[in-house]
Amino acid sequence: MAKGDPLLEVSHLVKRFPIKEGLLIDREVAAVHAVDDVSFTLHEGETLGLVGESGCGKSTLCRAIIQLLRPSAGSVKYQGKELVGLSRKQLQPVRRDIQMIFQDPYASLNPRKRVGQIIGDPLRLHGLASGSQLEREVQQLMERVGLQREHYNRFPHEFSGGQRQRIGIARALALRPKLIIADEPVSALDVSIQAQIINLLDDLQDEFDLSYIFVAHDLGVVRHVSDRIAVMYLGKIVERSPASVLYERPIHPYSEALLSAVPIPDPKVEAEREALVLEGDVPSPVDPPPACHFHTRCPWATEICSQDEPPLVDYESGQAAACHHPRNLDAQTISGATIAADSPETATDTLPSQAEREPAPTR
Amino acid sequence: MSPSKPAQPEPLLSVDDLRVQFNTEDGVVHAADGVSFDLRPGEILGIVGESGSGKSVTAQTLMGLTRSPNATITGSVRFHGTDLVAAGEEQLQSIRGREISMIFQDPMTSLNPVYRVGDQIVEQIEAHKEIDKQDGKDRAAELLASVGIPNAKERVNNYPYEFSGGMRQRAMIAMALALEPRILIADEPTTALDVTIQAQIMALIQSLNEERGLGVILITHDLGVIAEVADRVVVMYAGQIVEEGSLDDIFYDPQHPYTWGLLGSLTRLDQPPPDRLPQIAGAPPSLLAPPPGCRFRPRCPHAFAKCTEPPELEERVGASGHADRCWLDPSDKRELREVEGRIGLEAPRAGEPV
Repeated sequence: MAKGDPLLEVSHLVKRFPIKEGLLIDREVAAVHAVDDVSFTLHEGETLGLVGESGCGKSTLCRAIIQLLRPSAGSVKYQGKELVGLSRKQLQPVRRDIQMIFQDPYASLNPRKRVGQIIGDPLRLHGLASGSQLEREVQQLMERVGLQREHYNRFPHEFSGGQRQRIGIARALALRPKLIIADEPVSALDVSIQAQIINLLDDLQDEFDLSYIFVAHDLGVVRHVSDRIAVMYLGKIVERSPASVLYERPIHPYSEALLSAVPIPDPKVEAEREALVLEGDVPSPVDPPPACHFHTRCPWATEICSQDEPPLVDYESGQAAACHHPRNLDAQTISGATIAADSPETATDTLPSQAEREPAPTR
Repeated sequence: MSPSKPAQPEPLLSVDDLRVQFNTEDGVVHAADGVSFDLRPGEILGIVGESGSGKSVTAQTLMGLTRSPNATITGSVRFHGTDLVAAGEEQLQSIRGREISMIFQDPMTSLNPVYRVGDQIVEQIEAHKEIDKQDGKDRAAELLASVGIPNAKERVNNYPYEFSGGMRQRAMIAMALALEPRILIADEPTTALDVTIQAQIMALIQSLNEERGLGVILITHDLGVIAEVADRVVVMYAGQIVEEGSLDDIFYDPQHPYTWGLLGSLTRLDQPPPDRLPQIAGAPPSLLAPPPGCRFRPRCPHAFAKCTEPPELEERVGASGHADRCWLDPSDKRELREVEGRIGLEAPRAGEPV
């Protein structure tokens, strides 16, 4: 798949939510480090899968990209143009190009508006269509996403979850965007409907030359749609990888655990598989563990993991991972690794080959 | 999962022709329509289905939780000589929690936010037997420890908000186990949890089943979870059981096209992905007016004339205990269910209404 120019360049993006205390003077006592120095590039026509558990910052990252939340630091460039610091008015043309689809099709549609109005509003607000032309365009959109045009005047509650997600997709498509950020678009849907929505998004990508950022909390769903996948844990990208390689050879132990946690629907395979079940819960992003955030749950963690933050390291397979003890790689690949240009600023420059290789504690 | 289990022991729980109807403003909803199955001792029975398939209503009815002036419940649920459908509220209360316990999907809303977790567990015990305060607290700590909550002695004094989602579900399981019930009904116990936590909870349920011989009814929409832990599987669609069989029957010799569709639409991370994700066309029917005949007919690419007559749940292939509701000739099915080298449901024929 040949991919075009960089469409979106996110570099060292940070979003912190201060926690304030005090009666007269607000003192900042702590902060939630929701997005903590995240960098990636999305090319035209490409789909980036963004995967992580609740609290890893994936939704905040999406909102910080389109400036719904103002980033605390870092830069977001869309077609080479810096978005951070732009005023609402300056952002308006960009917002036409970047649209969002949300997780909950029940909560993200106004229950008092008719479907035609919901889908047509973006066109109306941007002054692109009105009257009968608007109605015609909306009906075309409805048909394209698999809704019946006769349902133009219905209310959202008259539709099932899958159909509502189609409404959300039609609304996002209305302005002919270049980039769609889909925040867990199928997580709330039944399995048989999930496949319908994913196939629809796949078709629309080819038809409208779309790029996607596709957010999910497990690795099962994103496999189909993604060209590349970024795995997040507690505000940081721990692994960035071409999709096909990640499923065969995850480098970061957390990616490996996420893969292992998706059950395989085949009892015989499942019975023989040795699942890597992580212990404990995801720590609080208010006070994340020092150095490598994952070391408290990692079966392979050693002393260095709690002392030096691992840099994001590029491997020859096109993968990049932030881990002192990378998995599924041979010694030669590890020694050939280099620190990625956009490795977090707080990370040390200890390459995995330099990290001491003491045997992992047995559990 | 262990083939060494005796072939047909006396069932622990026997559901026969259970029907649950709700009168609503729009008409009568046939939420469960003639559901029959047995739970054998020490077994994990998986009930799979999508939203609106009647799986949760069935489970709640077993516990007497769907009783209301608007509900009509017929059929029987036999548990140790008692019919839970006909039983009085008092009799049910002595069984609920003590003999049969239930855990729910959402551990965030299942615990009372203003009481300490330990006190809620003690309350559960006190509802059934007398226990003094200190003993109760010790027992609560012991239970929390047994489901894998660290520092259980201090944690009993915590409020639910101080627990993470996974820990709350563990606390719910501890509470459900407080009186050593014989049956645990788990209604989507991991759906609201993160994937790495899901794996922890399923491992816990499985170890309780193996170590204590707890009979488990596991309700889920995820066949992957079923493959991991269940012994037998019931597949529900539109208020009815459409297929029932052993784990191997369902995964390696499924007879109902809906089961094929469910299996086909799953992503398998251990295999290269197909070009296009197999999907089941259309959406499940309304339970106000389910389609006549086979309820899956409107979405089924293999439907033929006979499908307008309602098929019974019968053993149509040799294997005992493997039953389905499909009119297709079993000898044709092997070929029909093969889509791109694996089990699946082919796309609907052009022009067919979906």
